[in-house]
Amino acid sequence: MSNAPLTNETVHRVSFLDKASLHIPILRILQADGTTYENAVLPVIDKTLAEKIFDTCVFTRVLDERMLGAQRQGRISFYMTCTGEEASIVGSTAALDKDDVILAQYREHASLRYRGFSTEQFMNQMFSNEKDLGKGRQMPIHYGSRELNYQTISSPLATQIPQATGVAYGMKLQGKRNVAICYFGEGAASEGDFHAGLNMAAVLKAPVIFFCRNNGYAISTPTEEQFAGNGIASRGVGYGMHTIRVDGNDMLAVLAATQQARAHAIEHNAPVLIEAMTYRLGAHSSSDDPSGYRSKEEEAKWQQHDPVKRFKLWMINKGWMQRS
Amino acid sequence: MQEQFGRDRCFNTPLTEQGIAGFANGLASYGMTAVAEIQFADYIFPAFDQIVNESAKFRYRSGNQFDVGGLTFRTPYGGGIAGGHYHSQSPEAYFTQTPGLKVVIPRNPEQAKGLLLAAIRDPNPVIFFEPKRLYRASVGEVPAGDYQIELGKAQVVKQGRDITVLAWGAQMEIVEKACERAEKEGISCEIIDLRTLAPWDVDTVAKSVTKTGRLLINHEAPLTGGFAGEIAATIQQECFLSLESPISRVCGLDTPYPLIHEKEYMPDELKTFEAIKASVAF
Ligand SMILES: Cc1ncc(C[n+]2csc(CCOP(=O)(O)OP(=O)(O)O)c2C)c(N)n1
Ligand SMILES: [Mg+2]
Repeated sequence: MSNAPLTNETVHRVSFLDKASLHIPILRILQADGTTYENAVLPVIDKTLAEKIFDTCVFTRVLDERMLGAQRQGRISFYMTCTGEEASIVGSTAALDKDDVILAQYREHASLRYRGFSTEQFMNQMFSNEKDLGKGRQMPIHYGSRELNYQTISSPLATQIPQATGVAYGMKLQGKRNVAICYFGEGAASEGDFHAGLNMAAVLKAPVIFFCRNNGYAISTPTEEQFAGNGIASRGVGYGMHTIRVDGNDMLAVLAATQQARAHAIEHNAPVLIEAMTYRLGAHSSSDDPSGYRSKEEEAKWQQHDPVKRFKLWMINKGWMQRS
Repeated sequence: MQEQFGRDRCFNTPLTEQGIAGFANGLASYGMTAVAEIQFADYIFPAFDQIVNESAKFRYRSGNQFDVGGLTFRTPYGGGIAGGHYHSQSPEAYFTQTPGLKVVIPRNPEQAKGLLLAAIRDPNPVIFFEPKRLYRASVGEVPAGDYQIELGKAQVVKQGRDITVLAWGAQMEIVEKACERAEKEGISCEIIDLRTLAPWDVDTVAKSVTKTGRLLINHEAPLTGGFAGEIAATIQQECFLSLESPISRVCGLDTPYPLIHEKEYMPDELKTFEAIKASVAF
């Protein structure tokens, strides 16, 4: 029947739902000391994978430091770091198959590194030289690689969201057992394209993972001024898709959520929304100075939740890495 | 179509033009042929960003690593159906200023089929505007087989000596009637259907104007900022020494598309006829 409600329950006096009506827990597997919660269900991970994840994080940290410095010295025109968000980005990409297509926002170069983008390729893009795969047509950090199934970054926010739905639908039509993953910020989730893309994915049954990096800010706009609802996750439920909120600074939680999201998306030809709670430790970009809109105390607090350190402690506990 | 090709390939979408365009971009970027339909060109604006910033630049920005060449937008445009300002607009010029898009407008069913097949197979995103007042009014033979009409090529539909009259889409009928009137007064008109607005066929138009010495352009969209301005600028550059009179534009008025005054708004047969005479008498 058309327009049938999910439940036939009726009430006979006015009672409204509010944002707390939807109970959304946060998945956390790793504790601050690098041990896992007692009842935690771990993702599928072995030493090789853990090392690859860790190496990617370390590389990205160094790249971000150096290139921000290079920007300060006037060697490149612009830069953006992903410092503080490495677990969200690498943990999710590590759950994918290499033929899964990544549609990113711009702060996800760690994904590209995970898939094998070389240091030289990063430099070619940022210096707009003749070896840049994008032919020197876009500002630094607007990477793309056909070979690595990483679609080229587009500056207009959220445009990649309905596109990811289209890519995933194409995978379904071609009978591939793959997913598209779409990264975006909590700020971009206010754009119309976010709503269009999620609704279409749910209705048209497209195997796509929507991965929101909720890092607290859209440039200077804090989340309190971005939305009044129960985060981004509540919207996934509204659109009728499997949804999960994870600690975005917990590598194992992100990995576990994305592994299962991928399995679900392929099994059911259905989208999944993941909201990763994290924090943008650096400035928005090389053109931004956060001291005008947030406190040093707040930043210091989040420094304590460094996702790479937490994961490193876990690897040490596992005996997969020497204490250094 | 749904019966023939299945619900997976031919389907309704939720009501979101930006979503349709974004989805179609994604689908095409994955190597699929996508034909996206926007119910009326008046409602293409929610999809403007996806078309102008995404479809048009997909190949460029990726250094040719990714493209949406398999994508065609179909959308009915234009007035003459008592639809008022939200069911009558002709927004082609918003798109002709975007490098990376092709813009095609057929004048009749036979042309529509050949141009649409060419648009779908063209390795670039194409916006295919369909003159909606012809849906009901137009009858014409349509060849059964597979055929294409090359994009970017105008067609001289009638040879003439004294003036070139250029139009596209549903206005072709109007200018043909105006030219018949002019012929009765001894003015020989050459009529051209531009067919593709981006990229447009400068050579065919310039060759004709070099011969006739006069040009009149007719379109339904408002005069100011309309595509006729672009054509006039290029043709005066190309044909300056051949011109016998100023290039004339007979276009929609610079007003929101009216409901009750639709007839006054339209660049109709009589306005066109008068402008032909004025040009020849200049
Ligand atoms: C449509 C559009 N509007 C504005 C901008 C400028 N802009 C670039 S990034 C940004 C903030 C985005 O914040 P969020 O989505 O939370 O991502 P984050 O930077 O936090 O990773 C803005 C406003 C843009 N690129 N596109
Ligand atoms: Mg943000």
